[in-house]
Amino acid sequence: MIDWFHPSIVFIAGSILIPFLRGKVRDAYLMMIPILGVATIFHMSPGTYWTYNFLGNPLTFGAVDKLSIVFGWVFTIASFISIVYALHVKDTGQHVAAFIYVGGSLGVTFAGDFFTLFIFWELMAFSSAYLVFARREKEALEAGYRYILVHIFGGVCLLGGIMLHYLKTKSIAVGPLVQDGSLSFYLILAGVMLNAAVPPLHAWLTDAYPEGTVTGSVFMSAFTTKTAVYVLVRVFPGTELLMYLGTIMALYGVVYAVLENDCRRLLAYHIISQVGYMVAGVGIGSDMSLNGSVSHAFAHILYKGLLFMGAGAVIQMTGKRKLTELGGLYKTMPITLVLYMIGGFAISAFPLFSGFVTKSMVVSGAAHDHHPAVALLLTMASAGTFLHTGLKLPYYMFFGKDSGIEAKEPPVNMLIAMGFAAFLCIGIGVLPGPLYKLLPYPVHFNPYTGDHVTSALGILLFTGLGFFMLLKKLDPEPTISVDTDWVYRKGSRVFMWIVKKPITIYESYLAEVYNTWFTRFTLFISNFSARVIDVRGIDGIVNGVAGFFIGLAGILRGSATGLVRNYALTMLISGTAIIAYYLFAYLTRQ
Amino acid sequence: MIKKFVLYVGNPDNSGTLKKLSYIALVLVFVSDFFVHRGHAIYIWDKIPGWGAFYGFVSCVVIILVSKFLGHQGGIMHDEDYYDD
Repeated sequence: MIDWFHPSIVFIAGSILIPFLRGKVRDAYLMMIPILGVATIFHMSPGTYWTYNFLGNPLTFGAVDKLSIVFGWVFTIASFISIVYALHVKDTGQHVAAFIYVGGSLGVTFAGDFFTLFIFWELMAFSSAYLVFARREKEALEAGYRYILVHIFGGVCLLGGIMLHYLKTKSIAVGPLVQDGSLSFYLILAGVMLNAAVPPLHAWLTDAYPEGTVTGSVFMSAFTTKTAVYVLVRVFPGTELLMYLGTIMALYGVVYAVLENDCRRLLAYHIISQVGYMVAGVGIGSDMSLNGSVSHAFAHILYKGLLFMGAGAVIQMTGKRKLTELGGLYKTMPITLVLYMIGGFAISAFPLFSGFVTKSMVVSGAAHDHHPAVALLLTMASAGTFLHTGLKLPYYMFFGKDSGIEAKEPPVNMLIAMGFAAFLCIGIGVLPGPLYKLLPYPVHFNPYTGDHVTSALGILLFTGLGFFMLLKKLDPEPTISVDTDWVYRKGSRVFMWIVKKPITIYESYLAEVYNTWFTRFTLFISNFSARVIDVRGIDGIVNGVAGFFIGLAGILRGSATGLVRNYALTMLISGTAIIAYYLFAYLTRQ
Repeated sequence: MIKKFVLYVGNPDNSGTLKKLSYIALVLVFVSDFFVHRGHAIYIWDKIPGWGAFYGFVSCVVIILVSKFLGHQGGIMHDEDYYDD
């Protein structure tokens, strides 16, 4: 009897067979893997499993407690829903990448030491990048490159922090870090914050998620940020900075969502906003707010997946992604609309939907812990959530002015996946008990009190009133919004210009010197030589040498195909890996 | 059934009826807030009946106006080809 089995193995090893299967067998196999994943979580009980000794340090692959189990549940369930949504996709590479990505997420979730955590962390970054590249359009390729470079940067921060932490404490066990304000603390925090999309380290998310494939982005909306939230809950509970950053995040996403025209980018900004609640909950650090963060992550994965599936279905069936080009789809895609709206009600925290029973825990946590401003601002952000996800986006996509697009409902597998997610969104909202039982701390919280229900409904319905009163102001505009990715998209050009300008001046000066002195001097010598040395004697040697170099150039040219940035990337990755290995080997020898 | 409902909501002919229903809902929600037990109030505003409705409306207006101001006057919004060159 095996007492524990690593769910990542189910996903990663399981993905190897996918390219060899076809048709119905492949579909059944694709669904079987996440079901096996759910089964491994179902059989799990708290404990420490699969510890190996590596260079004198214990590597733990199975650190299981209530916190990791609840994330294990939602990751495996979300992978099942997402793969059902993606069943019609013929590009097997995407399925393989998606499962490796899920495996990476689960690997982080059950990692008992920072080294294992880091390996799975990087695995997630590279496998998920493929889901962006797989759209194979210019914008997607560029966004994919930026995505991976930003994540490499975050990974380096994380690794550097882990190394320093190890030097100081001689331990790589994953657990709450001492808040000593040391460099290692902040480096690890920055690395994790980048993946949690905390501003100003968030722009990779809104840059890349709308560029991914329709089905790939559904996976991405679930895993990267929520894995980071898990690590925050595990390692940084009660870090006050996170409370403020989380509150800013919740409003930041809302402001950008007002301005956004691309439907999936609007939803991506709302990921930032929602993860803001979780980050704030971690920062508050009480049992109630940590429970709130975890349960909100659980509910968020399901409703955000549903919203991305709804928007993805519209993109797939119409070929359009901008709100200015959509409208009037209610006649042809009514079922998609209703399922999307269930996600919209859930994210807006309507009573009887999942967001209501989880988000209110974070807000109440802030209130109980005496942070009135945080509680008020988070409540304001939740009005903004309903305003965009529940009103603006569906209004301009499905109602509004008729765009005259001939669309129809998406394939049945997409509708089934959305239906299943919608069922869970309502189920958790109506019966929060089972979810509350899974949470890491005992729950003493009842969301369904009279005043809570009426005030939540008041906030939401009067937000709706404001929306219809200011409808003219909200008409989407065909623009893009500049975010912190400006620094590496435009700012890098400023940097290049500064570098180039002095070099150009220096170069022209050099050329001048060269012309005046060396050229004249050389001409004089060569004239002299031509006259003195017999030209024919030299010719033979010159021809031989030239022939040799032409051959050599041919070989070099053959080996030097491809893009320079491919090489740069490969070198960067392998360089990082080699340095990491040697540093680690060196550190552990002492 | 779902389709029928959606078509009814989307049909511009029914917008008058829907508007009336929405106003009734707004009034109901606002009034019901006066009759609930406030056992969990922590802050002063939790005790004010109708606070949720007021704060929701104000939040909505503030978010729209501030965001649009930042977008247009704050230099956030640019043409779609801003990054292409």
